[in-house]
Amino acid sequence: MKLKGSEIIMESLLREGVDVMFGYPGGAILPTYDAMSLYEDRLHHVLVRHEQGASHMADGYARATGKVGVCIATSGPGATNLVTGLATAMMDSSAIVAITGQVPIPAIGSDAFQETDVTGVTLPITKHNYLVTDARDLAYTIKEAFHIARTGRPGPVLVDVPKDVQNAETEFIWPEADIELPGYDPPWSAREYELDAALRLIAEAERPIILAGHGIMMSGAMNELRELAERAQIPVSLTLLGKGAMPEDHPLVIGMMGMHGEASSNLAIQEADLLIALGMRFDDRVTGNLKTYAQNAKKIHIDIDRSEINKNVKADVGIAGDLKTILTQLLPKLEGKSHPAWIGQIRDWLEDSSERDILNYETPGMLLTAQVVNDIWKLTGGDAITVTDVGQHQMLEAQYYPHQRPATLLTSGGLGTMGFGFPAAIGAKFGQPDEEIWAIVGDGGFQMTLCEMATAVQENVNVNIAIINNNFLGMVRQWQELFFEKRYQATPMVNPDFCKLADAYGIPNRCVTQRDEIEDAVRFAQSIDGPTLIEFVVEKEEMVYPMVPAGADLHDMKRRPKPGEA
Amino acid sequence: MAELQIDSKVTVVALVENEPGVLNRIASLFRRRAFNIDSLTVGRTHRPHISRMTIRVDAGPEYARKIATNLQKLVNVIDVRVIDNEPHVERDLALIKVRNDDADSRNTITEICDRYPARIVDIGPKVAIIEMVGTEDIIEEFIEQVRPIGIVEMIRTGVVSMGRGTRIHDTNFIDRRTLIEAASKARRGNGRIV
Repeated sequence: MKLKGSEIIMESLLREGVDVMFGYPGGAILPTYDAMSLYEDRLHHVLVRHEQGASHMADGYARATGKVGVCIATSGPGATNLVTGLATAMMDSSAIVAITGQVPIPAIGSDAFQETDVTGVTLPITKHNYLVTDARDLAYTIKEAFHIARTGRPGPVLVDVPKDVQNAETEFIWPEADIELPGYDPPWSAREYELDAALRLIAEAERPIILAGHGIMMSGAMNELRELAERAQIPVSLTLLGKGAMPEDHPLVIGMMGMHGEASSNLAIQEADLLIALGMRFDDRVTGNLKTYAQNAKKIHIDIDRSEINKNVKADVGIAGDLKTILTQLLPKLEGKSHPAWIGQIRDWLEDSSERDILNYETPGMLLTAQVVNDIWKLTGGDAITVTDVGQHQMLEAQYYPHQRPATLLTSGGLGTMGFGFPAAIGAKFGQPDEEIWAIVGDGGFQMTLCEMATAVQENVNVNIAIINNNFLGMVRQWQELFFEKRYQATPMVNPDFCKLADAYGIPNRCVTQRDEIEDAVRFAQSIDGPTLIEFVVEKEEMVYPMVPAGADLHDMKRRPKPGEA
Repeated sequence: MAELQIDSKVTVVALVENEPGVLNRIASLFRRRAFNIDSLTVGRTHRPHISRMTIRVDAGPEYARKIATNLQKLVNVIDVRVIDNEPHVERDLALIKVRNDDADSRNTITEICDRYPARIVDIGPKVAIIEMVGTEDIIEEFIEQVRPIGIVEMIRTGVVSMGRGTRIHDTNFIDRRTLIEAASKARRGNGRIV
């Protein structure tokens, strides 16, 4: 059957299991938008207000579901507006496929209206990208794009389609065979000698620690991780994106690691004699100074991306492959162990951390971010999907909202993209319509993508927005306080009245300034089937501790003061 | 005692799809990861859709492996190997234009070329072009020999490298078009009509 290129795009998306796409029309993608009208009943299009929002929505959808998120934009400015979202997805290994319109093939290279070299621009921030120059290649290319996006270490893939290719008619042939690419073959299982080497190190270790990352959840290795930890009695420290890999109330989970990680985790890493790094990549926010990082520890590093092994931290045993497969190979050979002295030592550190808990502070008349986050945790039964933006509220969410299930904290970790939270929450809701979704955002980041309030209203997306408003770019201010002698250059913010703004968009809202108002406001948001907004006006100059200053040694933490010391 | 010279240079060989933009992807990767490379050559193989790259790195095998694992991540890069200690043949080619305007220089040129695998491929009253093929080291030695005569222009191709004996570095990948058509035919074979 002959179809237009634009219809082939729709048919191909359907065959890849897509049911929703986030996008914005424009000249060079118009044929594809026209074809959408034929597919409206099966393929829902969400009209965003800025293409960056579309890219974050696709990302949020992908993170919440483990499926591929799809965003669509026109050529030129439409495509360049996707860039931040593609880079965000690249850094956090999120599977998205972006389809962009391009000027017709004869006009390419002529600086035509709304022409940008999009494959050139997005080359370093996509896992792969394509410029389709022949309608006959469209179906296969889209299938290949989805395959590359979702397999191996997932990532964003962009398909740039010139307008004349969208208009061209050709035979639609969907390639049923599995994609087999000669240059693309993600590693899968471990070899026997690798497993033996890892098992030997585990058997010899007296102070082992597991560093659990995002890869655990991408691979679906949560049960295997838990069995490994329990059987060999190894404490588990989580990366920011690894939160949810193991329930945080599990006695072996000792908190998040890194710059704003728990002291118990960071001290344990520095004292350990074995790191078992699973699906994490030793980011600088996790290691601090590499020269002094885990000096006494041997390292086992398992990751699906071979190039991550020995990139930042030299591995004694490095295994490239799928975590679930490799742990399943490893577990039958793993002998039970216990490390009572080591676990006792960590307990003491945990004890010390809990004494320093912000929630123990006497703060009459003050509203603290940790209190807001922790109250939301209580009122959502600790079971919501929270999507954060970037900054102080993000770190406090990580510290004060324990996550029990995988993919319930969605946050921009690697790129640290302000403006990510709210649109990603909208995308997550499309992927998980039965989950309670909270976008926890700062006043700064929210203003970068707040135009998507209109999208949330147009689609009646049941997302609760919690703005943590301190009228400051809080994390930058914190650095200025600590490292720039409190010169608050360009961090105080004169903000709009967020509630009036919500009114203008038709979003029910509340403003909270006292702790005893939190419950009412959260219950109010929960009672409404549609977007809601709560502004929490918190203390202007809060600090996030513990903190390892950038580049400092991991054990060199600024700790939270104990109550009374503050 | 002369210091023992250890060659720290390592070669990475990559088979890549001969597609538009592939060189750009590889160059972009090197730039982005700040990989320092000595030379990079690209050329066709006996398979029209496969190009072969030879990348020389002056940084030891560990660094070369880092480059190799990153190269391997590119979808259009089919196979990557690090040639470190294994026996291999490598060649570099230099075209060197030297001054040739007096009897002295003419004599010296002929004399030097006799001692090296070099030949004069163009000669005139003012300048001559010498073609020199060999390993990187010998070419460098040769350049130092002719430098006093007066080099006015020079170009080198960069090193190409091939494992000795039955160490075959090849792929049976044909080309994308065949790949796409094969995938489409597989569907027709199933008899499903869209």
